[in-house]
Amino acid sequence: MSSNATPSSKPVKSVDLHVGDAAPGCKKNDPILIADGVRRTFGGLTAVDVDHVEIPRGAITALIGPNGAGKTTFFNLLTGFDKPDAGSWTFDGTSLAHVPAYRVARMGLIRTFQLTKSLALLSVMDNMKLGATGQTGENMFRALLPVLWRKQDQEIEARAVELLTRFKLDAKRNDYAASLSGGQRKLLEMARALMSEPTLVMLDEPMAGVNPALTQSLLDHILGLKEQGMTVLFVEHDMHMVRHIADWVIVMAEGRVVAEGDPHTVMQNPAVIDAYLGQHHDSDLGSSDADNVEAMKELLDDDK
Amino acid sequence: MIDWGQVFSNAAVELISPTTAAYALAALGLAIHFGYTGLLNFGQAGFMALGAYGYAISILTFGFPVWGAVLVGIGASVIFALILGVPTLRLRADYLAIVTIAAAEIVRLLFTTNTFVAVTGSANGLSEYKDGFRALNPLHFEGTAGFGPWQHSADDWWVIIVSWTVVALACLFTWSLMRSPWGRVLKGIREDEDAVRALGKNVYSYKMQSLILGGVFGTLAGMIFIMPRAVIPAHYATSLTFFIYAILLLGGAATILGPVVGSMLFWVLLSFFSGFVARAVEVGWLPISQVQGGQLRFILVGVAIMLIVIFRPQGLLGNKKELAFVK
Repeated sequence: MSSNATPSSKPVKSVDLHVGDAAPGCKKNDPILIADGVRRTFGGLTAVDVDHVEIPRGAITALIGPNGAGKTTFFNLLTGFDKPDAGSWTFDGTSLAHVPAYRVARMGLIRTFQLTKSLALLSVMDNMKLGATGQTGENMFRALLPVLWRKQDQEIEARAVELLTRFKLDAKRNDYAASLSGGQRKLLEMARALMSEPTLVMLDEPMAGVNPALTQSLLDHILGLKEQGMTVLFVEHDMHMVRHIADWVIVMAEGRVVAEGDPHTVMQNPAVIDAYLGQHHDSDLGSSDADNVEAMKELLDDDK
Repeated sequence: MIDWGQVFSNAAVELISPTTAAYALAALGLAIHFGYTGLLNFGQAGFMALGAYGYAISILTFGFPVWGAVLVGIGASVIFALILGVPTLRLRADYLAIVTIAAAEIVRLLFTTNTFVAVTGSANGLSEYKDGFRALNPLHFEGTAGFGPWQHSADDWWVIIVSWTVVALACLFTWSLMRSPWGRVLKGIREDEDAVRALGKNVYSYKMQSLILGGVFGTLAGMIFIMPRAVIPAHYATSLTFFIYAILLLGGAATILGPVVGSMLFWVLLSFFSGFVARAVEVGWLPISQVQGGQLRFILVGVAIMLIVIFRPQGLLGNKKELAFVK
């Protein structure tokens, strides 16, 4: 299964990311994203209530937690797709509170979605080209004069071909994105996000629904982002993937950050075991709890 | 016996009539809204009414020249698009449909109400606004001229030439926009606006631009529409929007020439069935009255459109491949 896939080469882990003890909300040496007091409630339910969290620059950070922990909501808040009730957060020193999603993206913080959003009836190449920012021809009046944008469009196309080749989608460039498989769409979405040359890439469950044959290359691609100097923050349920590629792990449960640390020590934390196993200890184990048990076993096995 | 020659030549006249051009242009505006951007605008009749009344009122009440009246109509539709778009473009597609249909009805009822009868002519509408346009006509001949079934007066030819020139320019304009990166963003929004937003595009602004552009095309269509007839508020009922949607789907929603071909086919079919039914009633083939026959032609056109949509759902000019992926 997908969880047995490993990157083709042993990843180089980033170390010494934090200052002091690896506690929830601990300071990082060089944070790229800092969130303070971010809270989002839906009626009586507090989906996200994060006091303080810092994302280290140039590393791969995993955001994990049981179902319903508020990971995707936190993602939406950070990227401007949802508005928090309170809180502030900065990206590279710039405050992002009340900044609309498209401006956040232009600053270099690009996200992907849990349910892949490939633009079905656009060709793969058009999907890619749409990812490039600062296009002259995207202004309605300049669009009428191809002289103004053709050269830039060709440069964008060349960059798109390069990325598609890297993601092994170049043979599909003229097909509709709708004709791609689920895994290929994940790859396309990631490649499209890279067209804007982001500094922070946020991937929401990049492995969900991906065929095992593709997980391998997805892992390599994520490691490749780090090699190119990008910061990666991803949400994932696949613990093997977290263990293999993450430099830092942030654990959320019931909207809060309950633990932080490197992937091997964070799992020893009683708060994490509580988050995954303890929250419904007096009720029947439903299927999602069984999944969590499975996830914990995998993690503990790894440290043997 | 039925005079088939007459039936066919009457149908052929519709091929290049100004009304066909007006419907084609309004449908092209909807192609921008619905076909390319995915905006479910059900208020195209409202944009057309603003064009018709904007033009006629400017000339009759304020004595504007032709170009001034055209600008007033365009300005009115830009303002209408802004009023419509500011609160609604953040809504989901189906809400936009409800709001636009209501807005178009409000426009029509404002033009119908007796309160403004001095300016709008209320239910009787407006006429006598054509002199300025006719004065620009470079063609001068007596009686009718033309070829085959297309025999028109100098004034009629002038309307036909101007209206189809406008349609051709609008097609060219739309084509050059849709092949540009701007058009690519619109098509992206049609597929998934959140994805486009995540790529750093100001989706709201693009939707507004699309709404304004398609609305202005609807407004120009409204001005062409009133050249061969008077301005009557009843023309701008919701059914007008639905006829234009039928034309758009007939031709192909995300195509440039689809609206033109769809409009030609729609009007030729309508004229053909209308001529055929009227004569069939005359010679006693159909056991119905002339009035009933007038309704029957819409039934027959409806059946023809249903057949085309069932057996060629992408429209006449649409891309068959797109349908392979429609859920």
